[in-house]
Amino acid sequence: MSTGTLWAVVLVGSLGCYLLKLAGLSVPAAWVERPWVTRVVEFVPAALLAALVAVQAATSGPDLVVDGRLVGLAVAAVALALRAPFIVVLVLAGAAGALVHVVTG
Amino acid sequence: MPSSARTATLRDAVGLGVAVGLYGVAFGAAAAGAGLDTWQAVATSALMFTGASQFAMIGVLGAGGGAFSAVGSALLLGTRNTVYGVRLAPMLAPQGWLRRAGAAHWVIDETTAMAVAAPDRELGRLAFWVTGATIYLGWNVTTLVGSLGAAALGETAQAALDAVVPAAFLALLWPRLQRSAREPGVQRRVALGGAVVALALTPFVPAGVQVVLAVVAVALAGRPRTTTSPREAAA
Repeated sequence: MSTGTLWAVVLVGSLGCYLLKLAGLSVPAAWVERPWVTRVVEFVPAALLAALVAVQAATSGPDLVVDGRLVGLAVAAVALALRAPFIVVLVLAGAAGALVHVVTG
Repeated sequence: MPSSARTATLRDAVGLGVAVGLYGVAFGAAAAGAGLDTWQAVATSALMFTGASQFAMIGVLGAGGGAFSAVGSALLLGTRNTVYGVRLAPMLAPQGWLRRAGAAHWVIDETTAMAVAAPDRELGRLAFWVTGATIYLGWNVTTLVGSLGAAALGETAQAALDAVVPAAFLALLWPRLQRSAREPGVQRRVALGGAVVALALTPFVPAGVQVVLAVVAVALAGRPRTTTSPREAAA
């Protein structure tokens, strides 16, 4: 992707996200506080974040792959289950990914 | 208002701001990995300023996705802030378009949580503005640090960073799946559905598109079929 396209993505995405914020402060509450809207908003993040976890951890282009990222993800899950702080989770996941790279690379 | 409540609000707001700032390092580094230069990474944090949307955008770009998928996934996560704004509007009651435009930029997860949790309206406004200012400053500075730091990484460090990005998404997702979350059973089914659909579509659609399609598929699967049982419809 060219630098110009990347800038367009950054700026258009930022403008859109800002307008979504501004809309909340500006539109009548009744427009947004409908049952189906609140249902969608409540559950979209879980679907989207889980999809991103899967794609970031186990795909490369059109291929499904198993590498250090999946090992890092497993380590992160264990750390999260043990209530580790965010930064510890990331450091452990990164260390696991690096270790797999060194061992297999 | 008792000054101790004011002090507690200020302390919590600043503490949360510092903690959230740490995410900024991860964002800056991940943005560099996804191909954004330092200016673009910092511009994203300064102008978009809503963490999950920013991570989603660079997640799609990092996977080789196109511009529409990247913007689309950022906007999908950005819809949350619209609902937050509706909740905050009576409390903030911004007078005039300039104040409203300024307040809107800081309507995010953390400022909303802090404002809503405050004991009264005045402390709520204080919590909103102080949390917003602390996070805005910390988030942008640490994005810069993360982006510059990532540029100096070698191959092994790059492998580490590749493993950090999915772990960061998992950390964002994790609280939604816990028993303390609202309707954790539905959240877990939704999350599992999103992940499975995204992986299943990966070989067949352009990179990044599977993420957006996974959300659409899960939303359609949970669409209301009757007007009487929204709980069942959402499952």
